[in-house]
Amino acid sequence: MIKASIVIIGAGISGLSTAYNLAKEGMKDIHVIDKGYFTNGSTGRCGAGVRQQWSTKMNCILAKKSIEFFGRANEELGYHKDIEFKQEGYLILATNEEEDLQFEKNVKLQNSLGVPTVKLTVEEALKVVPHLNKDSFISATYCKTDGHVNPFLMSEAYYLAAKKLGVNFHFYEEVKDIVVEDGVIKKVITEKGEYITDKVLNAAGGYAKEIGLMAGVEIPVFSENHEILVTERAKPLQGPMVMSFSKNIYCQQVPHGSFLMGRSNPYAEKSHDISSSWEFLDEMAKTVFHILPEVAKLRVIRTWGGSYNLSPDRQPIISDTKELKGFYMACGFSGHGFMFAPITGELLTEIILGKTLDEYAHELHIDRFKDKDITVFEHSVV
Amino acid sequence: MSKKDIIICRCEDISLQDVHDCLESGYTTVEDIKRILRVGMGPCQGQTCSHLIQAEIAKFLGMKKEDVKFQKTRPLVTGVSLEAIAKQALKGEEND
Repeated sequence: MIKASIVIIGAGISGLSTAYNLAKEGMKDIHVIDKGYFTNGSTGRCGAGVRQQWSTKMNCILAKKSIEFFGRANEELGYHKDIEFKQEGYLILATNEEEDLQFEKNVKLQNSLGVPTVKLTVEEALKVVPHLNKDSFISATYCKTDGHVNPFLMSEAYYLAAKKLGVNFHFYEEVKDIVVEDGVIKKVITEKGEYITDKVLNAAGGYAKEIGLMAGVEIPVFSENHEILVTERAKPLQGPMVMSFSKNIYCQQVPHGSFLMGRSNPYAEKSHDISSSWEFLDEMAKTVFHILPEVAKLRVIRTWGGSYNLSPDRQPIISDTKELKGFYMACGFSGHGFMFAPITGELLTEIILGKTLDEYAHELHIDRFKDKDITVFEHSVV
Repeated sequence: MSKKDIIICRCEDISLQDVHDCLESGYTTVEDIKRILRVGMGPCQGQTCSHLIQAEIAKFLGMKKEDVKFQKTRPLVTGVSLEAIAKQALKGEEND
């Protein structure tokens, strides 16, 4: 039996970031539990992109604050390697009138929040990414401070910094139950033992709903398989991430030289499936061959899948809950948990330690879905 | 021969010393080491290095090699250009 001031379920990027921030604030006896190997969940499966170009105010704010952290992460965390933060931008293509109009609005919103996005004509976009098929889009938006961070190394940087501050980690240990008595959390039971605690953070990514149910808390999220592929290494060819919501593609060359690209499956079912399909490979290959024919000359060497944990408005839930004291959650990131992790950890630390939360962050509360119609919805998602 | 000169993963240029350092820092499964060092993520997809790493883990933990879990095998079996896949897929659609 271990006594814990908090049990964090999930050693993905959200759990790691929060563990680090709590320990930095002086909390002791933090235990992080994960059922698998290092970055086995959505973090280690993600597309490695970090962007600030969103259609909702909330996502823009979260992204901007996180990007600022990535810029100082190596130094702040005292990381002996490099998180590979590359700021060569995101170029997002509009392929129809409707999208072009929406992007016009997005840029205004982003600029008003200090995100330096610009709208580009086809000719201007071709100066940023010369090998684009000029007939595949009608305009674009470009934010030069968006870019890439290596998910494995960013996770390791948080992990080592948290360990140095005394955080305890337990990998290959699955949480089986959360015991609640008279509305108070008593303990967390795993396949290997018990943790006596009155605080639990649900940072279980694709399994956030199931962890919530263990504590009797209903969380309106579900998981969906999103597939991705990686090519062989190539010489530097493409600085920015190229993305299109209507054509359903994101594609970036990472500093290592490989191209990472993914798309969503409109027929994906709610499930924990993370398998690879030939249909994905076919559709992905056709899309990249159409938009970026030069990139299509490269060989695919591996495909895999990972869970998007989707919330009703495609914005994260970073919150406590009135239903159960001491129960906190970081879930429903809808595919963007990695890039929002720095601010996620900071906000949860404020919530858990009972500090005053910035006004904007109140809207991340789970109560926003209660008896209310969703008025804000994030459209800029692949 | 120095451990730095013994190459374990040719795709990612990872030495035996790198693998041992990784084991010493607490990463003791093929999946963990893959994510920290990129071994098994190159064009050969671990066909050369994974067995060697399995053996090094076994030695380090005092286990039998066959008891060390192998990495998950993912598609594709060999590298294929996206263009070739796209053309084949488009051809398939024409024939439908």
